[in-house]
Amino acid sequence: MAHAPVVAVIDQTLETKRRPPFDVVYEWVTTVDHKKIGLMYIAYALIFLLIAGFEAVLMRIQLAVPNNHFVSPQVFNRLFTMHGTTMVFFMGMPILFGFANYLVPLMIGARDMAFPRLNAFSFWISAFGGLLLYFSYLGGDGLYGMGSAPDVGWFAYAPLTAKVFSPGHSTDYWTLSILLSGIGTTGTALNIMTTTICMRCKGMKLTRMPLFVWLMVVTSFLVFVAVSPLTAAQIMLTLDRYLGAHFFDTQAGGSAVLWMHFFWIFGHPEVYILVLPAFGFISEMIPVFSRKAIFGYPAMVAASVAIGFISLSVWAHHMFTVGMGPAGNTFFVFSTMVISVPTGIKIFNWLATLWGGKIIFKVPMMFSLAFLFQFLVAGLTGIMLSSAPFNWQLSASYFVIAHFHYVLVGAIVTALFGAFYYWYPKVTGRMMSETLGKWHFWLFIIGFHLTFDVMHVPGLLGMPRRIYTYEAGRGWETLNFIIGIGALFQTVGTLIFVYNMVRSYYHGEIAGHDPWDAWTLEWATPSPPPVYNFAVEPTVRSRRPLWDLKHPEDPDENYE
Amino acid sequence: MMQTTSSIPISTSEQPWVLPHRGIVGMTCLIIAESAIFLIFVVAYVYYIGRSLSGPTPAQVLELPILSTICLLSSSITIHYAVGALRKDNVRGCTLGLAGTVLLGAVFLMMTAREWYHLIHDFGLTIRTNLFGTTFYSLVGLHASHVVVGLTMLTIALALSLRGSVTEEHAERLEVLSLYWHFVDGVWVVVFTVVYVLGR
Repeated sequence: MAHAPVVAVIDQTLETKRRPPFDVVYEWVTTVDHKKIGLMYIAYALIFLLIAGFEAVLMRIQLAVPNNHFVSPQVFNRLFTMHGTTMVFFMGMPILFGFANYLVPLMIGARDMAFPRLNAFSFWISAFGGLLLYFSYLGGDGLYGMGSAPDVGWFAYAPLTAKVFSPGHSTDYWTLSILLSGIGTTGTALNIMTTTICMRCKGMKLTRMPLFVWLMVVTSFLVFVAVSPLTAAQIMLTLDRYLGAHFFDTQAGGSAVLWMHFFWIFGHPEVYILVLPAFGFISEMIPVFSRKAIFGYPAMVAASVAIGFISLSVWAHHMFTVGMGPAGNTFFVFSTMVISVPTGIKIFNWLATLWGGKIIFKVPMMFSLAFLFQFLVAGLTGIMLSSAPFNWQLSASYFVIAHFHYVLVGAIVTALFGAFYYWYPKVTGRMMSETLGKWHFWLFIIGFHLTFDVMHVPGLLGMPRRIYTYEAGRGWETLNFIIGIGALFQTVGTLIFVYNMVRSYYHGEIAGHDPWDAWTLEWATPSPPPVYNFAVEPTVRSRRPLWDLKHPEDPDENYE
Repeated sequence: MMQTTSSIPISTSEQPWVLPHRGIVGMTCLIIAESAIFLIFVVAYVYYIGRSLSGPTPAQVLELPILSTICLLSSSITIHYAVGALRKDNVRGCTLGLAGTVLLGAVFLMMTAREWYHLIHDFGLTIRTNLFGTTFYSLVGLHASHVVVGLTMLTIALALSLRGSVTEEHAERLEVLSLYWHFVDGVWVVVFTVVYVLGR
C-alpha cells in the first residue's frame, strides 16, 4: 500500500517536570524553533493589539460627544499616530508572520524554516522596533520635556516631519522603529520564501501546496518589493533630519509629493501584505467546514499572484487630491478598478466551495462567513473611492476611515479570529470553548457593524478624519455616539476572546491531533507538535494528503 | 472521524526529489529586496536632476570614474574565477581569485574616497549643499556601503582560505557570496549610468 500510517513519536519534553522560570525564559529567548518564534510573534502582536486597541477606545471616548475635552488636541494627534503605526507595523504584520512562521513549515512537511537563526534575528529586531516606538513616550522630548510620542500621522507627510516642524526626537523614534520593523519583516519574508521553495517534503509540488502557503509566497514577494521602498524613504528622512539633506525639504527645491509617492508605493501593497494571509486563512477554513475541496485551486493561485502584481501599480489612488493631472488620475482609477477582478474571482471561488457543501457552523466557520460578507462590502466602498471625482469629495473624511477599517477589521481581524479558533487546538492541544467563542463572535460582529457601518455616514456628511473634536449641531453627534457604543461591544468581545484563550489553555477539551477532520499536513502531527514536527518525512500525492490517508479507496490524486 | 494516534502520510517507492539550494534562493530574495531600495534612490536621483537651487552642478564637478569602474567590474570576473576554481577543488586558485577581488574592491573604495575628498575639499559640495549633493552622496554612498559589506565578507573568506579552511564543500557558500558581489557590481553599472552619464 502506498500510504502506511505511522504512529507519531510522542514528544518526551512535554512530560518533563516543571523547570525554574529562568530556564524557561532562557529557552524562549534563545530558541530558533519556528513554532516558538511564531508564538512569540503572535504574543507580542497581541500585546500591541491591546495597546493600540486601547488607544482607539480613548479616541472614541473623545469623539463620543461634541466639544469634548477628555484628551487634548496634542494627545489626540499622538493617539492616532501611534494607533495607526502600531496596528500596521507591530500588530498586523507580526501576527500574520507569526501564523506563517508556525504553519508554513508544518503545512509543507518541513522540520523548520530554511534559516532558523535569521528567523530569530528577524523576530527580535521587529520586537525591538516596537519597543523603540513606545520608548518615544519617554525619550521623545527627553524626560524634562515630559516626553511625547510621534504625532505626524501614520503616513507622516513631508514637510511635517522636517526638523523645523517636528523638533525633538519623537519623529526619529517613529522612523527608526519602522526601519527596524522593515528589516525584520524582510528577513522573515526571505525566510518564508526560501522555506517554501527549498524545504518542501517529497511530492509537495508547487501545484499541491496549501493555499495559505501560496498566499504567504505572494505576501513575501510583496514585502521585498514594497517594504524596501519604505526602508529607503526612511533612510532619506533620517538623512534629512540628521545630516541636513534636502530630499523632502521644499525650501531647497525638494519635493513633499515625492514622499507621498514613496510612502504609498509601500502603503498600498501593504494592505495586500496584510490581507493576503487573511485570504489564506479563509481558503484553509472554508473547505474544511464545507467538507469539500477548495473550488478552482489553480484560479485561486493565479488570482493571488495577479493581486500581488496589480497591487504594485495602484498606489497613487491615495493621492487623487494632490493633482496628478488627467492622465495620472485615469491610470490609477483603472488600475485600482482592475484589482477588483482577481479579488472577485477569489470571492466567487469561496462561494462555489460553500455551494453544495455540508456546512458546519463552528466558530472558525462563522468568522469565515462574516469575512466573506464584510470583505465584499469593504471592496465595494473601495471601488467607490477608486473613482477620482468621488475621491476628491471624500478624501481624508471618515468615509475613508470606515472603508479601510472595514478591510482591516472586517476582513483581516475577523479572519484572524477565525484562524485563532481553528489552529488553537493544534498549538495547545486543547479546544477553545465554542460557547464563549459564539459570544465573542456575536458581540464583536455587532460591535463592528455598529462602529464601521455607521462611520460611513459622518464621512458622507463631511466629517474630516483626525479632528480631535467637533461642534454640536452638524448632525454628527448621534452617529459618533453610536460608533462609540460599537467600540464598546468590540472591546467586550475581544476581552472574552482573551479570556477564552487563557481559560481553554487550562480547561479546554483535549483536541487530539486532528479535531476538525482536516486535510493538510499540520494535522498529521500531534498537538502540540513535537520540536521536530514530523517523526518521518511525509510524502504527498495530492493537495489533501490526509484525505488520501483517510480514504485510501478514493484518493484525491485521481482527480488532479 | 477521530483517530487516537497521529499518522503521517509516507510512501516507500519514490522518484528523486531535488529542490534548489537554500543559500542561493535566499540571496536572490535579498537581491530583489535590495534592488527595490536602490530603485527608490535612483528614482529620487533622476527626479532631482537639474532641480538644485544652487551650484555646484554635476557638470562642473563630476569626472567619469573610468578606472574605478574597470576595477569593480573586473572584480566580478575574479570572484567568478574563485568560485569556479573551488568547484574543481583548486583551493590555491580560489585564494588567488579572492585576493584579486578584495584588492580590486579596495581600489574601488579608495578611488571613491578620493573623489569624495576632492568634491568636499575642493568644491565644498556636501550632502547639505544642494539637491545634487543630497542625492549624489546618498546614492553613491548607499552603493559604497554595500561594497564595504561585500568586502568585509570577502576578506573573511580570504582569511579563511589563507588559513586553509576553505574546501570544495564550501563552493555553494562562496557562490552565494559571489552572487551578492555580482549584484553590487550590477548596481554600479546603473549608478554609473544615472549619475555620471545621464545626470551630467
